[in-house]
Amino acid sequence: MKPSPFEYLRPDTLEAALRALSDHKDRDAKVLAGGQSLVPMMNFRVAAPEVLIDLNGIGELSGISEEDGVLRIGAMTRAAAVKSNAQVALRMPLIPMAYEHVAHATVRNRGTLGGNLCHCDPASEMPMVMLVCEAEMEIAGPGGTRTEAAEDFFLGTYTTSLEPDEILTAIRIPFARPGARFAFEEVSLRRGDFAMVAVGVRLEAEGGICKSLAIGLCGIATVALRAEAAEAEAAGHELARLNPAQLAETAVAGIPFEDTATQTAAFRRDTTRALVQRALETCLTSEAT
Amino acid sequence: MTHTISLSVNGERYTREVEARMLLSDFIRGEVGLTGTHVGCEHGVCGACTILIDGVAARSCLMFAVQADGAKIETVEGLASRGGALSTLQVAFRDNHGLQCGFCTPGFLMAAHEFLNGPDVSTDREVVREAISGNLCRCTGYETIIDAIIEVAGMELENRK
Ligand SMILES: Cc1cc2nc3c(=O)[nH]c(=O)nc-3n(C[C@H](O)[C@H](O)[C@H](O)COP(=O)(O)OP(=O)(O)OC[C@H]3O[C@@H](n4cnc5c(N)ncnc54)[C@H](O)[C@@H]3O)c2cc1C
Ligand code: FES
Ligand code: FES
Repeated sequence: MKPSPFEYLRPDTLEAALRALSDHKDRDAKVLAGGQSLVPMMNFRVAAPEVLIDLNGIGELSGISEEDGVLRIGAMTRAAAVKSNAQVALRMPLIPMAYEHVAHATVRNRGTLGGNLCHCDPASEMPMVMLVCEAEMEIAGPGGTRTEAAEDFFLGTYTTSLEPDEILTAIRIPFARPGARFAFEEVSLRRGDFAMVAVGVRLEAEGGICKSLAIGLCGIATVALRAEAAEAEAAGHELARLNPAQLAETAVAGIPFEDTATQTAAFRRDTTRALVQRALETCLTSEAT
Repeated sequence: MTHTISLSVNGERYTREVEARMLLSDFIRGEVGLTGTHVGCEHGVCGACTILIDGVAARSCLMFAVQADGAKIETVEGLASRGGALSTLQVAFRDNHGLQCGFCTPGFLMAAHEFLNGPDVSTDREVVREAISGNLCRCTGYETIIDAIIEVAGMELENRK
């Protein structure tokens, strides 16, 4: 199918884009990033914005920099650029690990990190990764700018805390602590497809003691989540005494898995438990970064 | 509402009046008349519509023509020489039986073209498999496509020495 007609605007500053969003707020205006999720929806007419505001001409929205222990990635930075960036790999190794599982090279060439996060697909890897790294979203709106913690940003299926007249401008990710270890595991139908289940883990230890454990899960609920009970169970204990199988059991205990069209609840539960266990084992046996 | 756009396709300039909603794939096929760029799914899944835009591979069904104003587009028709001689990659596809019905071939050729000219070119089967993982083929079973790309990757690495 073909998209419905729309008015196309291509502002070249963030300010002009925000103004266009406010000016057209009664007309279902949407911003266009890489188009790798929005354009398929428009082709199917699942989405039919009357005004499309293309962010691709706004240079200030892309780029990777760092300041005061924080990595800052502009919302319009292409997935391919983030995936292959050495600074990102050094400051938050979980990001390139996860990007191995996000779509395919041609899609990553155009898809953006910001668009991926704003789209907020329940099976999407990057929102979960942002929960695990405790990232912050930089958001601009008509009244100025605000920042929001990842856990308050991702609300549900295709739903974030962004207001219709706001734009995500950048993602701020605290540097991995010295000694942190990371692991990422995913099961999908084919490599590059959306996750059936994916698990991201960040483990911080000092003197053989687990200081902090973050376990992120996606694909199993309407939005990515953290396995808080398992995280709490591990904190403060000796690494040598952590039991990945037990922690994985705790991680899935509170989750109300449901059948889907292709997978039973029991399969999804087992897969999630196995991936959490595997990711924890990888962290415990790997060298600290 | 229409827009006047001007872009280059395989080195030739085209200036046209288009509706904002016209997909780049439809522009290439309908306005420029180059039907080598195939349209399989129109939602980004099959990769048949892959082209290069300013040297970077992209799905032309997921871009609007108006977004390509000023850009340099390369399509499968640009691979062969003006006289019609096939490129090394096209010859390798033919020699290795890398196509059967040919519907997917333009997309594979363009995705492989980017991979072979890029920094990650390799003769490793798994790396090649990953590089073309965004393209679907219903006929070949992929192995012969991978064979063809590995053959050219070997030559490319030899040339770079
Ligand atoms: C074949 C295929 C496979 C894929 N596989 C995966 C996968 O395995 N995992 C995965 O996570 N994704 C996958 N994707 C989706 C891909 O990652 C998209 O790039 C991503 O979901 C959307 O990013 P985008 O930049 O293309 O955004 P767009 O499609 O342009 O926009 C998506 C949505 O976000 C809004 N938006 C975009 N940027 C902003 C901003 N800065 N501020 C406010 N709102 C904004 C748009 O209005 C729109 O509603 C796949 C896509 C395809 C075609
Ligand atoms: S037609 Fe573009 S990806 Fe299938
Ligand atoms: S050769 Fe027929 S789809 Fe690939």
